[in-house]
Amino acid sequence: MALSTVLETPGAGFNFDNAARNAALEGLFEGGQTPKPLKTGTTIAGVVFKDGVVLGADTRATSSEVVADKMCAKIHYISPNIYCCGAGTAADTEKTTDLLSSNLTIFSLNSGRNPRVVMAVNILQDMLYRYHGQIGANLILGGVDCTGNHLYTVGPYGDVDKVPYLAMGSGDLAALGILEDGFKHDLELEKAKELVRAAIHAGIMSDLGSGNNIDICVITKEGVDYIRPYQESVYKDDRKMKYKYRPGTTAVLTEKVVPLKLEVVQETVQKMETA
Amino acid sequence: MLGEAEPQWLSEEVKTGTTIIAIEFNGGVVLGSDSRVSAGASVVNRVMNKLSPLHDKIYCALSGSAADAQTIAEMVNYQLDVHSMEIGEDPQVRSAANLVRNISYKYKEELSAHLIVAGWDKRAGGQVFATLNGLLTRQPFAVGGSGSSYVYGFVDAEYRKGMSKEDCQQFVVNTLSLAMNRDGSSGGVAYLVSIDEHGTEEKVILGNDLPTFFDQ
Repeated sequence: MALSTVLETPGAGFNFDNAARNAALEGLFEGGQTPKPLKTGTTIAGVVFKDGVVLGADTRATSSEVVADKMCAKIHYISPNIYCCGAGTAADTEKTTDLLSSNLTIFSLNSGRNPRVVMAVNILQDMLYRYHGQIGANLILGGVDCTGNHLYTVGPYGDVDKVPYLAMGSGDLAALGILEDGFKHDLELEKAKELVRAAIHAGIMSDLGSGNNIDICVITKEGVDYIRPYQESVYKDDRKMKYKYRPGTTAVLTEKVVPLKLEVVQETVQKMETA
Repeated sequence: MLGEAEPQWLSEEVKTGTTIIAIEFNGGVVLGSDSRVSAGASVVNRVMNKLSPLHDKIYCALSGSAADAQTIAEMVNYQLDVHSMEIGEDPQVRSAANLVRNISYKYKEELSAHLIVAGWDKRAGGQVFATLNGLLTRQPFAVGGSGSSYVYGFVDAEYRKGMSKEDCQQFVVNTLSLAMNRDGSSGGVAYLVSIDEHGTEEKVILGNDLPTFFDQ
């Protein structure tokens, strides 16, 4: 008997085991503080337009006050017709979207069709609710399926909202201002891309945790256009000199050569057939 | 500074600070809710419909933690589907309320959500049930959520027995409008659902169409 999917149906009822474990862990550290997970200060946004969905994200990943990655990819592939922007703890968003993507791939292979966005949302909501906020993933899911163009947001505690436009991440209040001002139903493709670009740009300008380039992903019935980067940062590196050292920069004081004594232990010859 | 790159509200639990109300009339019920979902000081969704269908003629109004309330509503929706297939007819409102109550009671320490269940069935007509903390009580009308505290006086004074469907809808809209004006965690638009034996009617009343009172 083959299992139709690897989605294991969780046991009935709510499972709060991890909440107890986390509370127990908290007491183990002197000073009473569990180590804080790394977060990507981020601006991500999504807009439903006439023919599909446009998702946008900045590309900065920070590790405290240092920019760890200037070209981080925050728009994750879920399935050929669904992409997901992730804000919050970087590891959590990566792993959650990967897990979702692999489960949906198995579903697609079994059923022979692209998954619906609402299915992805339900799986995410189930999983995040079960972990009661311990998985710090704020996700924007956008996709096109046989029922239309959809944009959903799922929070770390498992709450779902279905809206025509939204922004998430530390720069979201700035981006939301642009979206609230410029959004209309049934926008044309170019206007929608420009709206999302402007929203992410506002987030980048107003938030220290967001920056560098802007990625845009357009999903329509015909396919996906993942433009990375859509707009490059104006503050590009302009290094004035090379940081390579030419040979001879470091002086050699002494040199000692010790030859290695090797003896042949076993010799095998294998003839190759080159007929 | 950059050490705390994210505003606090992003890691706070999302709550539907809310005003919800359900009232029964002869032949059906009317449910109403606001549309604001907040996380700390920020409004996460200003147009959320908190009236969630459990079955064709049974709806519930969500309040408290958004994730908990949504999950309870989905679970009961599923259980009611199975139950109504088993009995071969539409479920009773009391059954739906009981299913919600069972979850609220069993997990009362872990959950933080209050659902008001209301609907119409052919045995007892329109009914409204409150399920706060795991109790089950039928009431002629019920209010809930953070905004309800501001309107207890209003609903107690204005409620009359034997109101018609239109009277009930006006009563609900007035209550919601008053609560949304006073409660910081309620606002947005008003959603109305009217259920009777002929069917279910969903309505949205935009902010500027809500009734205004003395200081507006």
